[in-house]
Amino acid sequence: MSARSRELLALIPVALLVTAGFTAVLITESDQIGDLSVFYGAYFLGLCLVTHLVIRARLPDADPFLFPLVALLAAFGVVMLFRLDEGLARDQANWFVLGLVLFSLTIILLRDYEALERYRYLIAIAGIALLLLPRIPGIGETTNEAFLSVKVGSLSFQPTELAKICIVVFLASYLNERREVLVVGARRVAGIVVPPLKHLGPLLVIWGAAMVMLVFIRDLGSSLMFFGAFLAMIYVATGRISFVLVGLALFAAGAWFFANTIGHVQERFDIWLDPFHDAGDTGYQVAQSLFAQADGGLFGSGLGESLVQLPGASPKCVEEFPNCGAILPAPHTDFIYAVIVNELGLFGGGAVILIYALIAERGFKTAILAEDGFSKLLATGLTTIIALQAFVIIGGVTRVIPLTGVTLPFISYGGSSIVANFILLALLLLVSDKARRRARREAEAIEAEYA
Amino acid sequence: MNTPIIKLFGVVIVLYALLFGFTSYWSIFDAEGLENNVANKRPLLEEQQIDRGDILASDGSVIATSRPRGEGSDRVFIREYPEGGLFGNPIGYSFVERGRVGFELSHNDELVGNKTEFLSILDELRGQVQEGDHVQSSLDPEAQQTALDALGGQQGSVVAMVPSTGEIRAMVSVPTYDPNDVVNSRAFEALNEDENAPLFNRATQAGYQPGSTMKVVTATAALDSGEFEPSSTLDAGSPVEISGVPLENAGGQSFGEIDMETALTNSVNTYWAQVGEELGTDTMYKYMDRFGFNEQPPLDYPSFQIAPSGEFADGRLLGPGSDQIDVGRMAIGQDKLNVTPLQMAMVASAVANDGELMEPRLWSKVIDPDGREDELDPERQSRVMSEETANTLTEMMTDVVNEGTGGAAALAEDQVAGKTGTAEIDIPRSINQAWFIGFAPADDPQIAVAATVERTSGQGGTVAAPIAQQVLEVLLANGGENGDE
Repeated sequence: MSARSRELLALIPVALLVTAGFTAVLITESDQIGDLSVFYGAYFLGLCLVTHLVIRARLPDADPFLFPLVALLAAFGVVMLFRLDEGLARDQANWFVLGLVLFSLTIILLRDYEALERYRYLIAIAGIALLLLPRIPGIGETTNEAFLSVKVGSLSFQPTELAKICIVVFLASYLNERREVLVVGARRVAGIVVPPLKHLGPLLVIWGAAMVMLVFIRDLGSSLMFFGAFLAMIYVATGRISFVLVGLALFAAGAWFFANTIGHVQERFDIWLDPFHDAGDTGYQVAQSLFAQADGGLFGSGLGESLVQLPGASPKCVEEFPNCGAILPAPHTDFIYAVIVNELGLFGGGAVILIYALIAERGFKTAILAEDGFSKLLATGLTTIIALQAFVIIGGVTRVIPLTGVTLPFISYGGSSIVANFILLALLLLVSDKARRRARREAEAIEAEYA
Repeated sequence: MNTPIIKLFGVVIVLYALLFGFTSYWSIFDAEGLENNVANKRPLLEEQQIDRGDILASDGSVIATSRPRGEGSDRVFIREYPEGGLFGNPIGYSFVERGRVGFELSHNDELVGNKTEFLSILDELRGQVQEGDHVQSSLDPEAQQTALDALGGQQGSVVAMVPSTGEIRAMVSVPTYDPNDVVNSRAFEALNEDENAPLFNRATQAGYQPGSTMKVVTATAALDSGEFEPSSTLDAGSPVEISGVPLENAGGQSFGEIDMETALTNSVNTYWAQVGEELGTDTMYKYMDRFGFNEQPPLDYPSFQIAPSGEFADGRLLGPGSDQIDVGRMAIGQDKLNVTPLQMAMVASAVANDGELMEPRLWSKVIDPDGREDELDPERQSRVMSEETANTLTEMMTDVVNEGTGGAAALAEDQVAGKTGTAEIDIPRSINQAWFIGFAPADDPQIAVAATVERTSGQGGTVAAPIAQQVLEVLLANGGENGDE
């Protein structure tokens, strides 16, 4: 069976999940939701099929499971959003259209993704510019004191989401070129292998960038994500665990310093250590997230059955009581995982984690199959950044780490996140297609020889 | 490069295992702890969708009811209290924004119709919507109003109970508050910041010096232990040295050799302090414990809203072995004694009920939505004293009203038995805690009462006795122990 046929078969569970989810929500909330809204479910499935056809046409050898796994996450997301508010599901379906258009454009226009290497500094500058965009007065917006988004007219987007792709592309190219010198020139200082000073510079620049992000954009989650991906890539490039340890120590030192000097970061740590200390105010979000999960139990309360907002509050209400009455704040973005555990229980939450783990597995497999260093590093970086982003937000919601506002990839409501992640997926599939095509041809050549 | 990639995948798997572990901890292993967390409003919100049962007064009038708001799955029920502040403290309130206190909290299970797991699953299968039961309290609206009027804005408290059943017929704490106001956050803040503490239920939470009303407890211990008789005489001069410190009678009056009856009628401090010293701490504690001191009264009321009565030092109850107890002064209601009005009503009630103390109760009936009734089955708390002791004490307390300090409690139709108390809080400025405890009719007690007024310049006999008298009168007119039925 061809890779694409397997992909088509793997989309069946997605169709089942969407159908079952929409039906369940419709049954429990029939008094508030029109029958027509099922349309969004069908619309979503149609989009998946069209995308499948685009992949079939342009990337016939790409990994057959990546897209169905992502579609499964998106299905989770669209069902949860439909349950929260049908308007949110409609918007999200529209974002999927834009995301899939850009996904298709990426794989059509960028047949030879290795061309990206040539523009790496341009891409790096673009990435940094994107990160700094929210600090520009007039268009920058803050969320919980963090500079996360840019608003032009009525359109608001989070440049971090796109910046992560630029940074990974740059790092893959840069590390691929320098990895030899990084390893060869390494010296032992006080028992630790340290990269040569000349090459340490760029590493310190990236560490500094992560720290600047922490201070300047006050976005702990993104800086954790970027720095984590950077360490993963440098480890894969050099095979030196000591680089990772030095990097971690640097990051920990920086984070500790800022945790003690910047109120915003310090507060996040305090809440993490004891969300119930001030559960009515600062600890409200995390405490409510845990209460929602406790309500879920093993199988959850059922789709549409959980308490997301005070009865009678407007469905658009996302601000906590008494502003409008959301019991669980931001249920459609940061805390969507808590809603999933609330309604689908540990099983639902476990399934989501499992899907991310499987995506990571397919992504790393792609990296292993890839032939050249750039492709390997690119696949590693892209996979790691998705895997870490999921870890950072689920970890925050479940109190594994301090809560920081990043979206849950492919599930959370939000245009920038959906669009950026589909572009990321396109790059990963491009790498995969090339690697697997080569593997297939080699196999065919061997077969031909035997024949 | 492939080995590091595989190791990296290992790290991701470990991180995700951590996520799964934490999720299972919150959703399964610590779920119960989180559900009971005070900051967790979810149980309250879920119950808000249930038609919470009414709370009724003894005459069937409505104290608290639920009004629906919104429609369909958005429909919630909001609590209303038509009588306003009349039942403020004993009944409490129930609002999502504020939580629950008082009777609303202690009878929550009946009011929301919580049943056993098995029964509620059956209901769910039959498609029945959970509906609350109505709960009738034993509180009499007329007696509440009378007590409020009689206190006339003076801070203090009145508790009236039926000696034979323990039913509380009146429980008033002044200043009172209107539970309808609580839902408004500014009004609630004002209530919380009010220095007169209207949300504090003086009847069950306030620790007051009992003054001479404590002599009823001391007399019980003296007579029932057999160490004293009504005719036992002591030299009640003034001053008399008690625990090494001279103790004076009111006005420095010296009574000479007097018997117990005279000593109770005239509330002679030096006599009773000597009785206390002769009985000793152990005997005093034995009888105090039987009256229910030193533990929370078993009232159907939230435990955080009930204080025990007894000797306190640094906010902690003292045991009989403590060397901080001045037993002579304790016997006359001084020293470190802090008692609640509820406890003193229980003292009067035990004497009235032939020496048997019944557990105090605020509810009398649960009525389910189909009209089936479940009535209170009164429970005995303890045998405090013999019937004989109770009868002797009743006679002595009758004298207090007829000939002594308690004259203002006398009723035209029925004989009242009682004891006054005046605890001196601030002697130079003559600020007192005024008390009266008693019951009527003396030969067939129907109602026992404790009334107290804070920081008054008056005496127990002049300030508290008239309040008790009015409450007794109304409750006896309303059918005494049987109420309106």
